[in-house]
Amino acid sequence: MTPAQIRDEILDILSKVAPDEDLSGLEDAKNFREQLELDSMDFLDIVLELKRRHRVIIPEEDYGNLASMASTVSYLEPKMRDIVKS
Amino acid sequence: MEEFDTIIIGAGMSGLAAGIRLAYFDQKVCILERHYTIGGLNSFYRLNHRDYDVGLHAVTNFVGKGAKKGPIAKLLRQLRFSWDDFQLRPQLGSAVVFPDVELNFNNDIELLKAEIAAKFPTQRDRFEILLKQLVDYDDLNDEMFGLSSRKILQEIFTEPLLIEMLLCPLMWYGNARENDMDFGQFCIMFRSIYLEGFGRPFKGVRLILKHLVRKYRALGGQLKLRSGVAKIITDGEHAVGVELDNGTQLKAKRILSSAGAVETMRLCEDTSESKVVQAGQLTFIESISVLDCQPKEIGFDKTIVFYNDSPQFHWTRPQTELCDARTGVICSPNNYLYDATEGELQDGIIRLTTIADYNRWAGLDENSYRREKLRWYDLSVASAVRFMPDFRRRVIETDVFTPKTIRRFTHHDNGAVYGAPKKQLDGRTHLKNLFLCGTDQGFVGIVGAIVSGISIANMHCLRTELS
Repeated sequence: MTPAQIRDEILDILSKVAPDEDLSGLEDAKNFREQLELDSMDFLDIVLELKRRHRVIIPEEDYGNLASMASTVSYLEPKMRDIVKS
Repeated sequence: MEEFDTIIIGAGMSGLAAGIRLAYFDQKVCILERHYTIGGLNSFYRLNHRDYDVGLHAVTNFVGKGAKKGPIAKLLRQLRFSWDDFQLRPQLGSAVVFPDVELNFNNDIELLKAEIAAKFPTQRDRFEILLKQLVDYDDLNDEMFGLSSRKILQEIFTEPLLIEMLLCPLMWYGNARENDMDFGQFCIMFRSIYLEGFGRPFKGVRLILKHLVRKYRALGGQLKLRSGVAKIITDGEHAVGVELDNGTQLKAKRILSSAGAVETMRLCEDTSESKVVQAGQLTFIESISVLDCQPKEIGFDKTIVFYNDSPQFHWTRPQTELCDARTGVICSPNNYLYDATEGELQDGIIRLTTIADYNRWAGLDENSYRREKLRWYDLSVASAVRFMPDFRRRVIETDVFTPKTIRRFTHHDNGAVYGAPKKQLDGRTHLKNLFLCGTDQGFVGIVGAIVSGISIANMHCLRTELS
């Protein structure tokens, strides 16, 4: 997957995890928590969805990388580079 | 031998919710239920061509569509439901009624504030102090959870009657402890009833159960009814599987049990009776009266009335008789704000809940049991009509369920409705891969049970798989 495809995938996961949030104005550089009402259960769900969909495992000590869209995409890029978008 | 990632004991709200979470994230899950139907304490039945609900008077923690905060928003997200699936409609309005004083409340806390200002003018500012002292769901810790609510309320209020009136609905809808209430539980119930409020789907509890079980099965989860667990097979510090009543053995990497703390310990083949913790004592009878009209036609438009016939509220197991009719809850499922397209419920229904003693009910022979059901229907209704319009001449059908019925549906000791007084908030047991969910884990009520199933599944079955 390209970084743009990973970004789309995260957006799709967010729309499942937090269906009532408006994601259209999401700013990539800003923290998710500043823009969306996400709690720790929602973050766990993002991690679980990535495992469920792509077998990508994110260890707990790396959760800090999921703070914003930009940091999430750059963290996931090496892990998801070889995944072919279906 | 068939092997599962997780076996869940009990197909009530918590077991089904946990099952959905685990099946959604690709676990091989099996829910085992001893009864022939799902729902546990919150179930339904059909009698003489009429549908009846067990359990559900109201779904607490009501929020409107689009809400992002609160337990209902959280559980809808976690189970991938939309608000429209549960179709919750708000209450018309409820009341706490004691001799000479009535406090009305609805899903907007301003009404309760105004009622307290009008009826207890000296306590108005003190109520604001209480609101500030309430602890948020996410901030509850073990240390403050077990404090005495009565003691904290006595430090805030100077009118004992107001303390009793505020406690009455909260204890009725979720207190496993006799006489007093854990402050953590008080905060949870206060928010869920006074700050958020009551709602109900037009079709009652069966709509919620139908959605839960459909989703669970669509995700590949297995559900085995009439499959009671005879024992949990153990190997040192771990559970390895279960043996069913019919002798079948099933293996599991881990087990979630909603059977109750005491009941689960008893199932473990390595546990001696001495390790057993105290089971809950509080249980009820409930009478259901079908009227020949809508309740509002006889002047009853309240959703729920919590009544008590003296200034002191007694929350304890009946000491001398089968029931204690000094206090009770009157609920009419008709009195919700249903959509115009839904119309009104076909039958007018008055449900009435009264505190009961399991042992006395369980000790009756069959004839006495039948007779006492009729007698306590009459006694409890006679007590309730002191606090609402007398509906007795409009009754066309009745049914009563007792602690024995509750025991049959839930298999919980004593037919305890809110579980053991001592909760296991982290869900852990003496075995490393056996966990509790449901009423004995912590949260009660429909919303509480579902949240319990979700959080224990997350904590012990999903998070651990990530490392």
